[in-house]
Amino acid sequence: MAQSGSTTVPPRQGRYYVPQPMPWPIMGSFSLFCLMLGGVFVMNGVAGGWVGMALGLMVLLYMMFRWFGDVIRESEGGKYGGWEDLSFRWGMSWFIFSEVMFFAGFFGALFWLRVMSVPDLASLQSNTYLWPGFTSHWPSAGPGFEGKFSPMGAWGIPALNTALLLSSGVTVTIAHWAMKEGKRAVLNWFLFFTILLGVIFLGFQAYEYAHAYSDLNLKLSTGAYGSTFFMLTGFHGFHVTCGAIMLLVIWLRCLAGHFKPEHHFAFEGVAWYWHFVDVVWLGLFIFVYWL
Amino acid sequence: MSAVIDNHGHAHGHDGHHDHHGGYGGLMRWITTTNHKDIGTLYLWFSFLMFMVGGVLALAIRLELFEPGIQFFNPDLFNQFTTMHGLIMVFGAIMPAFVGFANWQIPMMIGAPDMAFARLNNWSFWLLPFAAALLVLSFFMPGGAPGVGWTLYAPLTVQMGIGMDLTIFAVHLLGMSSILGSINIITTILNMRAPGMTLMRMPMFCWTWLITAYLLVAAMPVLAGAVTMSLTDRHFGTSFFNAAGGGDPVLYQHIFWFFGHPEVYIIALPAFGVVSQVIPAFSRKPLFGYASMVYATSAIAILSFIVWAHHMYTVGMPVQGQLFFMYATTLIAVPTGVKVFNWVATMWKGSLSFETPMLFAMGFLFLFTLGGFTGLVCALVPIDIQIHDTYYVVAHFHYVMVAGALFAAFAGIYFWLPKWTGRMYDEALGKWHFWLTMIFFNMIFFVQHFLGLAGMPRRIPDYPLMFETWNKISSIGAFGFGLSQLLFLYVVLKAIRRGAKAPERPWEGADSLEWTHLPTPAPYHSFETAPVLK
Amino acid sequence: MARKFVRSFATWALALPGLGFSGLALALEWNLRPAGSKIAEDIHSLHEYVMILCTVIFIGVFSFMFYSVYAHRKSKGHKAAQFHENTTVEILWTVIPLLILIGIALPTTRTVIAQKDTSNPDLTIKVTGYQWKWGYDYVKGEGEGISFVSTLATPREQIENKAPKGEHYLLEVDNELVVPVGRKIRVLTTAADVIHSWWMPSFGAKQDAIPGFIRDLWFRADRTGTYRSQCVELCGKEHGFMPIVVRVVSQDEYSKWVGEKMKLIVAAADDPNKQYTMDELKKRGEQVYAKNCVVCHQANGKGTPPAFPPLDGSQVVTGAKDKQIQTVLNGVIKDGKATAMVAFGPQLNDVELAAVITFTRNNWGNKVGGEQGLVQPSEVKALREKK
Ligand code: HEA
Ligand code: HEA
Ligand code: HEC
Ligand code: CUA
Ligand SMILES: [Cu+2]
Repeated sequence: MAQSGSTTVPPRQGRYYVPQPMPWPIMGSFSLFCLMLGGVFVMNGVAGGWVGMALGLMVLLYMMFRWFGDVIRESEGGKYGGWEDLSFRWGMSWFIFSEVMFFAGFFGALFWLRVMSVPDLASLQSNTYLWPGFTSHWPSAGPGFEGKFSPMGAWGIPALNTALLLSSGVTVTIAHWAMKEGKRAVLNWFLFFTILLGVIFLGFQAYEYAHAYSDLNLKLSTGAYGSTFFMLTGFHGFHVTCGAIMLLVIWLRCLAGHFKPEHHFAFEGVAWYWHFVDVVWLGLFIFVYWL
Repeated sequence: MSAVIDNHGHAHGHDGHHDHHGGYGGLMRWITTTNHKDIGTLYLWFSFLMFMVGGVLALAIRLELFEPGIQFFNPDLFNQFTTMHGLIMVFGAIMPAFVGFANWQIPMMIGAPDMAFARLNNWSFWLLPFAAALLVLSFFMPGGAPGVGWTLYAPLTVQMGIGMDLTIFAVHLLGMSSILGSINIITTILNMRAPGMTLMRMPMFCWTWLITAYLLVAAMPVLAGAVTMSLTDRHFGTSFFNAAGGGDPVLYQHIFWFFGHPEVYIIALPAFGVVSQVIPAFSRKPLFGYASMVYATSAIAILSFIVWAHHMYTVGMPVQGQLFFMYATTLIAVPTGVKVFNWVATMWKGSLSFETPMLFAMGFLFLFTLGGFTGLVCALVPIDIQIHDTYYVVAHFHYVMVAGALFAAFAGIYFWLPKWTGRMYDEALGKWHFWLTMIFFNMIFFVQHFLGLAGMPRRIPDYPLMFETWNKISSIGAFGFGLSQLLFLYVVLKAIRRGAKAPERPWEGADSLEWTHLPTPAPYHSFETAPVLK
Repeated sequence: MARKFVRSFATWALALPGLGFSGLALALEWNLRPAGSKIAEDIHSLHEYVMILCTVIFIGVFSFMFYSVYAHRKSKGHKAAQFHENTTVEILWTVIPLLILIGIALPTTRTVIAQKDTSNPDLTIKVTGYQWKWGYDYVKGEGEGISFVSTLATPREQIENKAPKGEHYLLEVDNELVVPVGRKIRVLTTAADVIHSWWMPSFGAKQDAIPGFIRDLWFRADRTGTYRSQCVELCGKEHGFMPIVVRVVSQDEYSKWVGEKMKLIVAAADDPNKQYTMDELKKRGEQVYAKNCVVCHQANGKGTPPAFPPLDGSQVVTGAKDKQIQTVLNGVIKDGKATAMVAFGPQLNDVELAAVITFTRNNWGNKVGGEQGLVQPSEVKALREKK
């Protein structure tokens, strides 16, 4: 990570780059507003929701293209020196920390349900007055769940996926090393492998979901287990998707000859993010699939 | 005085971004601006607008509670008012107000040219009006806004209509705004300080914001998780908070308060920061115990993550849990006490004068401490079993949030207005504003302690006859308080439009960079090259 | 009404400055309710103890501040000293508060532990929070088997300011919870829909009622009498209108009450196998409706859409019998979750259910009539057993 910012004052070379006014931020807000309002309408069966969402998505994509385009232009135009670079490092670190806390909330929910609420629902009092016959076990879909479901095993696809993501962590590190050595061909190839591994991971994940829905009777609505399983792996999958898209952008930029051996924070930021996604998966593998 | 630096003199036009207001004029200037001062101004006005909206909702609540019986609003609408009053005041008024202060002040106080991520800064602000729009829109949906309290407890949320979903998404936007804003503030403070401005030389306001921003980055995502679970419980069949599926309504409360308790210090710490600037300035004496102030603030931040369940003593947790959270909570009195004592010690043997900012800071000190003590009373399990979910709690938190945070914000506005606008406010009117606010505030909320002790539950539109008198007093106080805030608006507008020109150093005791190294009013771009610090 | 309101507001606003707060405080409710149990007494003295401590600290701290304000002002020409640190006092004012806190924590801990000890009760009562009433089941001890629902008894006219308000406005119910004095009562709380909270301030007892979970509290009343309170967790629209009333009686009276209640249960036991006429059912149904359904579906059957659908003209109500019986018997479940329309099966017996259903099918604009309009208790019973 970046150098510690404790009491040493960071180097200030030259003038700090303050970007020009731009309409992208408000466009971003507007697009989110449309997406959300549209989404709410869709969820509640109000007409017009899909239109709002489509509009929001389009504006969002446009905004991202333009905003990132500007940033890339500024970066390649040499606007960002060491001082700005350090800002990016701090910014990305804290952003990842916020993501960690987001997942912490869901892991917290998982532990609470497993350790506290399901056993409580099977306590003697609970059995006597509310839920006769319910016994504590995990995976559980709760006392109101009728029917049967099978949990997701750990040692099939999930274990394979673990291997895939871990290897992708290795390939992206090799790519980084190649970047620093100026070995562009190695860089491009290993970045490509990283993305490929990510995409395969997602493919397996999708296959696994389909399998859960069609063969295991394991759904989002399958009580505590279904809720935590799908929400945790689902948000993780969403983050992998974002990470893969980010890697793709970086790959295209590498192919276009961007970045220098000593100046490539965009690449590093994405690599950090990718490692973060990796670590979350390890947590998932252990606590959702395995134990 | 402001001798040292060349803040206007440099060559223009490297990128065109040194034009006075950047690329756009008119409304587009405000929409696209990347200037920390513009963005600070936007935050402050937005928060005042939200304060009016939230205040009008509070007046509606007090109107209904003036007499027993249902007078004006049906119970459903009343609950919606309470919910939206809480949400709008907390997320729309108080938090943005202090982000506004941070935007204006932090770069000037540490000698930075602007915020570290100026464009992102613009986005942090411009997420807010859209979030506010979602909240207000929810009133106009079938079924109205959610009537569930600002804490959005499950499973009542599952029963609500479309308005609930809008509120959930509004919370997401508000959270995004806070997280992005906080990352920006942290990075600015860690990376943009002028040479020689070590962390332990920073003005206290920057310290409290650094720690607040850390709390925000840690707490807001957790809230996002909680409301997301509510959303999927409502629409996608999950069972996080539904016992039949193995879930637990109490789980929601744990997640919410894991965010919620740090949240109250998110509201309080920047207020502490403002007061730590104002009191030394008007005591003409350095802040007492700077280092212990820093440690105390950090201690509060750390403790704030392990006390959350003091809001949940009545959910039926095991006795060990109750005791743990009680002990941890009472511990917070120690670092907070250190702060209080430091402020008093700063005044001790100073050379005090009592302009409006100082009056509000002292009002803060006096009433916040009172609110802190009632907090301590709440923290004791057996007593809280009696007063939980009664008006005693309402009184407690208005003492710390209104007399605490809001008073500090007033102090800050009066204090920095000359620096921002180059004009002085009307001192006599400012004092009137203070005294009216002070008196009416206590009239609204002091009596609510009695109501709570006597057993009046919160969030009820109608009440038994024995509570009538106190409620009448409280309601009348509320209207007086509201009118006094119109006076505040008048004082500010008058200062901006035809206030007397401010001297270069309006407050002789103020000694942070914005006073010593910049002219008054502060130029649009300050510290494009770093100031020279001794 | 509006004029009266304005006048009252104005009079009060004008009269206030004249009334000293202290005078008012003596005349009014301003402290905790009189204690009716040992725990409540402990809480009182704890509260007093802490308040005294806080007041002393408060006065201590602020006498320094006000002395400063008085003596160290610039207008008097006081010159500022420049000290800004003093390790000794800083340590002192960290350690002393810590010691005070320990002094507070010790007695408090004892009360917490006592308050939580629900073992060995004489009588166990299960309390269920419904939107918006309380269900009481005596599950263990003398009176086992008694079960009733307790609803607000204040007439709507009083709430709507159309009639003068009674002494116990909003604090009166149709069926009070009756318990013997001096016995340890354990209360199990739970809820059918959302979280409610059962509170009896005079006994220092409060416990949230959480849907799907059982929680408990206990109290032992010192004196006989009637004790009143309200639901204290926001539970929706009528949260302010679900009072709790406990009548504490002597052991003899309690036994007598139990005896009567038991006899009543036997006598009033509706015979689900009897055939009733349309008129009988409609009449009975009207009462059941007024007690159980109006809060949501309203007296005119129009509900308050979209939260609460109208029954007048509802397809369910005018459609097939079985569907409606099931709706009311088992509640409406959407996406696997209970809605506000909870199952009334556990609360109402077959006759009551048949009556209220018949009533809704043949009231307002609903004129189903005939064989389809008339629901006999036996039909409800059949469906109940099928499940
Ligand atoms: C700015 C916001 C703010 C602040 C700073 C605080 C500060 C504190 N709060 Fe408060 N609180 C709220 C906002 C805040 N609170 C809100 C919004 C709610 C209600 C939420 C809802 O339900 O809607 C709430 C509710 C709340 C509860 C739950 C009550 C209930 O619902 O039943 C509790 C219980 O422990 C509590 C405790 C405390 C404590 C111990 C402090 C401490 O930090 C106070 C410390 C300060 C002092 C003690 C005074 C100064 C100290 C000295 C002079 C030293 C010497 C003192 C001693 C030795 C005692 N608060
Ligand atoms: C920092 C946040 C903040 C602030 C500033 C306030 C300010 C006020 N609050 Fe606050 N309040 C909360 C946060 C805040 N509140 C929260 C979190 C809750 C809990 C919600 C819940 O239970 O879910 C709550 C709940 C709450 C209740 C309990 C409601 C209930 O339980 O049902 C009450 C009742 O008196 C109340 C009153 C007031 C009043 C009178 C003010 C006044 O200070 C407001 C004064 C401001 C104005 C009046 C606006 C400005 C003036 C004008 C617009 C001019 C027009 C005026 C006139 C013509 C007179 N609030
Ligand atoms: C706490 C509020 C509440 C109470 C009390 C209540 N209901 Fe309902 N009722 C509802 C709600 C909410 C629905 C809609 C459920 C849904 O479809 O989501 C409903 C739906 C119904 C329906 C189906 C109507 C339709 O068109 O779908 C019937 C029939 C009904 N209720 C009858 C009754 C009867 C009879 C009683 C009294 C014994 C009663 N309800 C008491 C809230 C309530
Ligand atoms: Cu039941 Cu509030
Ligand atoms: Cu708290």
